[in-house]
Amino acid sequence: MLLVCFVVKHFYKTDTMAQAAQKLPETFKEPAVSEKLAGEFGLKPDEYKHILNILKREPTYTELGIFSVMWSEHCSYKSSRHWLAKLPTKAPWVIQGPGEGAGVIDIGDGQAAVFKMESHNHPSYIEPYQGAATGVGGILRDVFTMGARPIANINALRFGDPSHPKTRQLIAGVVKGIGDYGNAVGVPTVGGETNFHAAYNGNILVNAMTVGVADTDKIFYSRGASVGQPVVYVGSKTGRDGIHGATMSSAEFTEGDEDQRPTVQVGDPFTEKLLLEACLELMKTDCIVSLQDMGAAGLTSSSVEIAAKGEIGLVMDLDKVPMRESGMVPYEIMLSESQERMLVILKPGKEAEAFKIFDKWDLDYATIGHTVERRYLTLNMYGRTWCDIPVPPLVDESPKYVRPTAAQPKPATLNPQHTALPAGGLVEALKKIIACPDVASKKWIYEQYDPIVRGETRYGPAQADAAVVRLDGKQKALVITSDCTPRYVQANPREGAKQAVAESWRNITATGGKPLAITNNLNFGNPEKPEIMGQFAESIEGMREACLALDYPVVSGNVSLYNETNGKAILPTPVIGGVGLIDDARKTVGLAYKEGDTLLLIGGATTHLGQSLFAREIHGTEAGDVPPVDLKHEKQTGDAVRTLIEAGLVSACHDISDGGVLTAIAEMALAANIGAKLDGPEIAAFWFGEDQGRYVVATSTPEKITAPHITLGKVGGTALMGVEIKTLRDLHEGWLPNYMAGKN
Amino acid sequence: MKSVVVVFPGSNREKDMADAIERTSGMRPTLLWHKDTEIGKPDLIVLPGGFSYGDYLRCGAIAAHSPVMKEVIRLAKGGTPLLAVCNGFQMLVETRLVPGALLRNTSLKFICKSVQLRLDGTSSTFTSKMKKGDVITVPVAHGEGNYVVDADTLKALNDNDQVAFRYLENINGATDNIAGVYNETKTILGMMPHPEDATDETLGNASASPFFEGIASVLR
Repeated sequence: MLLVCFVVKHFYKTDTMAQAAQKLPETFKEPAVSEKLAGEFGLKPDEYKHILNILKREPTYTELGIFSVMWSEHCSYKSSRHWLAKLPTKAPWVIQGPGEGAGVIDIGDGQAAVFKMESHNHPSYIEPYQGAATGVGGILRDVFTMGARPIANINALRFGDPSHPKTRQLIAGVVKGIGDYGNAVGVPTVGGETNFHAAYNGNILVNAMTVGVADTDKIFYSRGASVGQPVVYVGSKTGRDGIHGATMSSAEFTEGDEDQRPTVQVGDPFTEKLLLEACLELMKTDCIVSLQDMGAAGLTSSSVEIAAKGEIGLVMDLDKVPMRESGMVPYEIMLSESQERMLVILKPGKEAEAFKIFDKWDLDYATIGHTVERRYLTLNMYGRTWCDIPVPPLVDESPKYVRPTAAQPKPATLNPQHTALPAGGLVEALKKIIACPDVASKKWIYEQYDPIVRGETRYGPAQADAAVVRLDGKQKALVITSDCTPRYVQANPREGAKQAVAESWRNITATGGKPLAITNNLNFGNPEKPEIMGQFAESIEGMREACLALDYPVVSGNVSLYNETNGKAILPTPVIGGVGLIDDARKTVGLAYKEGDTLLLIGGATTHLGQSLFAREIHGTEAGDVPPVDLKHEKQTGDAVRTLIEAGLVSACHDISDGGVLTAIAEMALAANIGAKLDGPEIAAFWFGEDQGRYVVATSTPEKITAPHITLGKVGGTALMGVEIKTLRDLHEGWLPNYMAGKN
Repeated sequence: MKSVVVVFPGSNREKDMADAIERTSGMRPTLLWHKDTEIGKPDLIVLPGGFSYGDYLRCGAIAAHSPVMKEVIRLAKGGTPLLAVCNGFQMLVETRLVPGALLRNTSLKFICKSVQLRLDGTSSTFTSKMKKGDVITVPVAHGEGNYVVDADTLKALNDNDQVAFRYLENINGATDNIAGVYNETKTILGMMPHPEDATDETLGNASASPFFEGIASVLR
């Protein structure tokens, strides 16, 4: 039936978009408002009292719903705002820092990169396919709302232990959801990361990032609306899906919360594609004042944001909202998180021109209200007023907490016995590490994503340390990566967060790119617990240090708290999405070294194995402190490596991270399908230590490399350390498909 | 060469195709919105990849009935060369301009990776710069690329040399490894893989450039 309606809609669309007047069901009565109900909506007693003070009366049910989502952790950042203010957000190339839909940086030639990362953790755990799909949809809209054409998607995924009974099904659903959405919209998914840890058993992380490109003089903001302008709704019809989604994302899970499935939205990538093209076409005209996508908290947050930033009010006639279901009431319309919808403030008199474009793309639209001087959000429907609340206090007086913090306990010291090589020596350790879930090839995942659509991808998944995507019609390219090593952050939040920023910077550097700015996605547990808030605060401090030292500001971000199930928190996971630039895509280098190359280690040797994959996979311990990040060393080494790449002296480069030098070389060997002969001490720390600020560089002209280095060996043959590449490949690429097939 | 790439709601590889044709022929194709039924007299019509109408009914099924398709079918039947790639190929089988159907991949998963294709059916508008047996490396990106025909049709396709490309490794379950087929007169070619995404040395793969150069040299 649905399909039939769909076909009819697209071929026999009527001229008018007006819908038949809806009638309020006679039996409908808004539930009575009380402090208890406010509590069920996630509002604390003090917060409810403050609402009463603002309004000088009891809110209506609709108004309470609006306050509760606007003041949810998800929308108000009430626990994190205090700390986020510490992050460095400025640089000469930053056009727009945090506070808009996405961050904007200048990339020269009158163009800007527009990007952000956002989580969809709770929905993806409840309903992995739709949760992940709508996560991609939401972040795409954040970017194209600002006038940018999305050119790349990246995702950072964290799943529970592979042995947990839900993990397999969650991977399958999330990956299919991301793929089906991004592939259909036609934005390449060029990279990402996937980790496993028992701490995510009841709370997976799905963080999606979109990077878009816009002209610097054609960037659109949610600010700028003024009095007397039409408020236009465009996109999918509003249904009852996703009501109170923002509130759900601001609470812990308990067992049985799978029943919250109705709060998960359903995605439609086809409508997203139409909306994307229609918006970009409309942006070429002179019709738009401002626009905002209806993401979390839907029509509520988008309308309130436009009103707050424009310092105006909105009067909306909700009868005119295109609706998917009959008998909907204002509470449902305002809190629905139906996907693929946009709120646009048009210049008066430009309606016809805009509507012609919406008609071309077969989108639903309606003028649902207008802007007014009185700074209130006024909602009318069925001939009466359901909501009339002042906008400034709704936004400015949202709660803000400086929650107590507690120091993280120091991790146990690494037992020296746990630095010993296993019986089979280096080779045995390598075989185990390249086949362990965190390091094993993610081909099973990324072959379900289209990383090449648009025809500009130089390096996609697993080809280089970061994805390299050319700008249309140019050789210039953006370099994109996402990074976090949660076990480091757990052991030492400050150093771990510093490491995440440094690794992002390093990955861009390893391709030859110049790192410019980051977005962050801060996934943590319940902020009301001092130890969690302590992790958060320390992480911010670490990030701040690294951003300042590396000249790598934060331009956008997202905070996801309450990632706990039955009181058990995830590993603290502040994911860094980095963007850099290279002036010529032909100069970038990937992982695949060439026959005859010499392999050099730049950045020094190591003796440290604390928190290493070696210690975990070979000796089963998560002990020891993290490898510290010396930011001065990081910058010096990175700048030196980038200079070598720019000079054309490097044929391949790989940063050293999980699994150390030998794992890095094995990944290069697999990318090239060529072996290598290596020299070095038979010491675990040398080959598997994860000290920071280091690179493996392959060069055909080692005599020209003046940067301090250690020579590791020479490329050639079909084996690495005596193990055939084919054997390594079977181990590396075999784990995930076998696991998904239920074979291990 | 005057070429037209038809854009449907949900198409998403029209840019890749237009770039590839421009790169190899020097002339940028016209992108034609599917509601514009005036095609003119192009030398080549292309139905590009993507997810027309979201692939919601059956891949390509709704697009095959789009207003512009009447004219596309008329011109193609009159001999105007028609190249249909991926979602375009799915539309093509829906219009019956070539035989067969495209089912879900046997893995039941979307597959995007580079594959090797062997050119089998030559002497067409599309292959003047390639030889029989040439192997090119080209990406695929599809969930429904499993080409199916009955035994009689398969025999006819083979007898008439209508199988253009075969996969060296069968990635999706396609009958007889078929990746692309011609109509009887070899003026229409439908194929699942994306040669347009293998025409740029800078991106590391220009394996399919001779394919497009061949088209350009015939239709110049």
